[in-house]
Amino acid sequence: MSGNPDKQTKGALLEVDDLRVTFPTRTGLVQAVRGVSFSLGRERLGIVGESGSGKSQTGRAIMGLTSPQAQVSAKKLSFDGIDLLSAPPRERRALRGNRIAMILQDPKYSLDPVMTIGRQIVETLRTHEKVSKAEARERALEMLRAVQIRDPARVFDLHPHEVSGGMGQRAMIAMMLIAGPELMIADEPTSALDVTVQLDVLNILDKLVAERGMGLIFISHDLRLVSSFCDRVVVMYAGKVVEQLKASELRDARHPYTRGLLNCMPRIGFERHPLPVLDRKPEWAA
Amino acid sequence: MTAALSIERLEVVFDRFRALKGVDLEVREGESYGLVGESGSGKSTLLKAITGLAPVAGGAITVNGKTLGKTRDKAFYRDVQMVFQDPYGSLHPRQTVDRLLQEPLAIHGIAHGEKRIERALDEVGLGNGFRFRYAHQLSGGQRQRVAIARALILEPSILLLDEPTSALDASVQAEVLNLLEEVRRRRKLTFLMVSHDLAIITHMCERLMVMQNGEAVETLTASQLIGHRVSEDYTRNLLRASEGFVRTA
Repeated sequence: MSGNPDKQTKGALLEVDDLRVTFPTRTGLVQAVRGVSFSLGRERLGIVGESGSGKSQTGRAIMGLTSPQAQVSAKKLSFDGIDLLSAPPRERRALRGNRIAMILQDPKYSLDPVMTIGRQIVETLRTHEKVSKAEARERALEMLRAVQIRDPARVFDLHPHEVSGGMGQRAMIAMMLIAGPELMIADEPTSALDVTVQLDVLNILDKLVAERGMGLIFISHDLRLVSSFCDRVVVMYAGKVVEQLKASELRDARHPYTRGLLNCMPRIGFERHPLPVLDRKPEWAA
Repeated sequence: MTAALSIERLEVVFDRFRALKGVDLEVREGESYGLVGESGSGKSTLLKAITGLAPVAGGAITVNGKTLGKTRDKAFYRDVQMVFQDPYGSLHPRQTVDRLLQEPLAIHGIAHGEKRIERALDEVGLGNGFRFRYAHQLSGGQRQRVAIARALILEPSILLLDEPTSALDASVQAEVLNLLEEVRRRRKLTFLMVSHDLAIITHMCERLMVMQNGEAVETLTASQLIGHRVSEDYTRNLLRASEGFVRTA
């Protein structure tokens, strides 16, 4: 599958226009996301930014997981023609985990610690599809095999603390893919993993996304990683999109923030002492 | 050149698990030395064993010519200080920056605390305005600067750095790495730095050791690593992984 940025124009899977997420605090309202717009087809979109840039809150708002005290507003937030903001909670629940799925950062905290991995995957499947227990088990095992877990029958009966981080993250991917979602939101799916394991997990994710023709939103702080994995990249700063570009054209990034982010990382074979640092301009956040 | 730190056949055993299996290491005075490897390879355990925070079961650690015994004396901690990975966990949440920095001075009975604290904060680029703040009022990068100030305030000669920037944003990481290089140059410090990121290690260190399963895989100079002149497959894998994701068609 090659990245085709024109795909998004016809029949967008997800449309986001002027998305805002506001949190009430003791010192007044804080806008974590301030007017984010993009559309997504069956492609891989990266959202990059530093902590506090609003990238995770954007993902959560699409998923419908914003904390209840916050306000979400948008001119348009629609998934496959369904207006997500006016959809009743029941409808959103039906979408969540079924047609839209989310992979979280750390399997240590996002898997249920007192439930076996197999039961968690079966639970997801049986929430969204009417299947017998035996069939659900069969499909869960098959899914575990698809994420390259060598001994699925053994892992099925393990609790999350009994497996490594890489294995836990594969189990989470299996759980998220079992209902066959059309949109996958991956929020820092590999940041808690070792470098060597990171690539294995990304390879699995990449293959499954391509095979099943899903749309993917990949949220990360690592601009390099995202650009090597995605077709398009949205760069966020202080709750706003400062630049959108094709991953292949990252080198021609115009916004000083994007260029600064690319520049400030040490690279093997490029000696720069001291490293260039970001000179943050107040107008970037304006 | 003399060795600032030399480790021979170091063994660390937790219950029955051998976390370090006879590791040898020599860091020269004024050198910056890196330890890389995946989680569980024993790189952090090695730093902890030096400071006396891990159960040493065998081998010898020699710091500035003195071989360490079972316990560490005060003089050791004036010479060797450590900066931890997580600036959110390594600063006392109910102490001000001032109180945090006073503690090491009080323990070692050092006079002129006021001046020293001012200077230490200046040195890490924070300034006096941060003196009476609490950790939760600081950003991650500012916290790590406080942790560095706390380590420097005793004027050590060796600094142990355990993934000092892995909890920070890329741009803040650059600032902290620059700060560390600057204080090393100014104070002629010896660094022993742990990281899982090869790019950071080649940026900061002259030599490095690759570790896996509590053992040394190989020792390299930074330029050998940059030139891909490595002999072990494990190191080659790490190098490939650090180049980012490559799609296999």
